[in-house]
Amino acid sequence: MATQKSWVQRCLTPKVDLPHKLTLAAGALCWIVVFGLWAILSYGAMVPSMFLPTPGDVISAGVRLASDGTLGKHVFASVEVVVIGFVVSSLVAVPLGLLMGSFRIVQAVLEPLVNFIRYLPVTSFVPLFILWIGIGLEQRVTVIIFGVFFQQLVMIADVSKGISKDLLNASYTLGASRRDVVMHVLGPASLPGVLDTLRVTMGWAWTYLVVAELVAASSGLGYISLKAMRGFQVDVIFLAIAIIGLLGLMTDQLFRILRLKVASWAQ
Amino acid sequence: MGSVAAMQLELPTSLAAPDTAPARLRVDNVSLRYRTPSGSTFSALENVSFEVPDQQFAVIVGPSGCGKSSLLYLTAGLAEPSDGEIYVGGAKVDGPGADRGMVFQSYTLFPWLTVRENIEFGLKRKRIAAAERKEIVDFYLNEVGLNNFADNYPKQLSGGMMQRVAIARALANDPQILLMDEPFGALDSQTRMQMQQLLLRIWEHSKKTVVFVTHDIDEAVLLGDRVYVMGARPGRIKEILDVPIERPRTMDMVMEPDFIRMKRQILGLLHDDLQEAH
Ligand SMILES: Nc1ncnc2c1ncn2[C@@H]1O[C@H](COP(=O)(O)OP(=O)(O)OP(=O)(O)O)[C@@H](O)[C@H]1O
Ligand SMILES: [Mg+2]
Repeated sequence: MATQKSWVQRCLTPKVDLPHKLTLAAGALCWIVVFGLWAILSYGAMVPSMFLPTPGDVISAGVRLASDGTLGKHVFASVEVVVIGFVVSSLVAVPLGLLMGSFRIVQAVLEPLVNFIRYLPVTSFVPLFILWIGIGLEQRVTVIIFGVFFQQLVMIADVSKGISKDLLNASYTLGASRRDVVMHVLGPASLPGVLDTLRVTMGWAWTYLVVAELVAASSGLGYISLKAMRGFQVDVIFLAIAIIGLLGLMTDQLFRILRLKVASWAQ
Repeated sequence: MGSVAAMQLELPTSLAAPDTAPARLRVDNVSLRYRTPSGSTFSALENVSFEVPDQQFAVIVGPSGCGKSSLLYLTAGLAEPSDGEIYVGGAKVDGPGADRGMVFQSYTLFPWLTVRENIEFGLKRKRIAAAERKEIVDFYLNEVGLNNFADNYPKQLSGGMMQRVAIARALANDPQILLMDEPFGALDSQTRMQMQQLLLRIWEHSKKTVVFVTHDIDEAVLLGDRVYVMGARPGRIKEILDVPIERPRTMDMVMEPDFIRMKRQILGLLHDDLQEAH
């Protein structure tokens, strides 16, 4: 009892756990400070309302756009782009990444090219995509795919590379064929890492949304913020940013829960 | 009837196995060379030959890096010798197979499978029917004393329990030979002693041919019918010693003069090797 450390000491010691309530409070406090600053700056008219809307402005913009149905339409358009892009990318990147991490030959073929492409800025390809694909949904989806695919590939290859060789050896000595090893060992063993990768790259997919909708889109959250910029509707820009953040947070939690449900056996 | 049982009691297994019976394991002039990054070759095993008779508990001891694990991996078919051949039950080893079970030093349970499903893994590969699978798994769960943990995941088990599952998983396949690579090396000494007792008990029941690698001399003498002492640089068998201690073995025997004499002999052989290295 006497040696029980004080809160302050606990907070200042590396890797010491804190009570759940305290961590929640600390997180909430940070939000309150940010909102407080925003409120002071905007309501106090320290920053002109042309550049910084009040929280009230943003909420009423939200209510206004939601009530005439435009907000729903734009949110749907954006979700469509992100989800299609992310799903298509993942469907190819997960199996290919697993092969790349487990079969030296696949790695030897793909790695040099992938490592080159994945450092290229997505934005630099947008003109090319427009030229090749046009300005429809496909173009926006392509931007998302290009943004996440190569990252996913490398991260998932790392996941399957990290699977212990002894785990494979053990299954061989139990009579597993190479096919069994791929299906019944490499597959399940990489599941937690794959889900973690999907969770992280889903977040990245959202960050590419505005780039995808930057040019020639006619709907979507990126599109309404661009339009709002031209009309000096800074409250709508704030609204679009907040919604993208919230949608990102929701998908993140979805993946977190999925991970806990299907891979609870992992640490 | 009575006389047969009496005879079995009198004779240690190493003597009971007649010399004319074909060896369960035959290692024939095996060499293993690795290519080092600098381009030269490193000889991990050189002209290793020995036999392990059926139903024998063979223990391999040797200094670190003398090629003990390599020898087991070659026998399991997880690696290929540069020269020579290995025969298990008369058949030449060519790749891994369920007839050679292995327990590794590192924990190799499948973390996404429960204890029961882990033990079942090999049986499923053999397409054994569910009812029979359950019977076999229940038997081995009982053997390793983990009936109450059948539905637990490996992360909920202690190190000793995990190795018990690994032993059950290997035995459930009913292999011709059980290869064990320092299976208790990562355990604390208390757990280690419990595991040795457990292994001795299971072995008395199953009379599997076992090749057990350790660098713990006490463990070698306590468990083995025969101890194969290896030397390093290059890895080779230096001496094969019969353990003159009756079975069943118990922990009390570690104080017996025979036991201590045997330990001293092995220690001497290993010590020579250290001297040579310097
Ligand atoms: N893939 C490899 N490439 C090169 N050398 C290797 C390789 N694997 C093992 N060796 C070398 O071969 C020798 C034998 O290795 P092995 O793992 O069989 O020894 P060991 O007797 O099991 O040692 P320990 O008691 O430390 O487990 C060692 O000197 C090791 O450095
Ligand atoms: Mg070893």
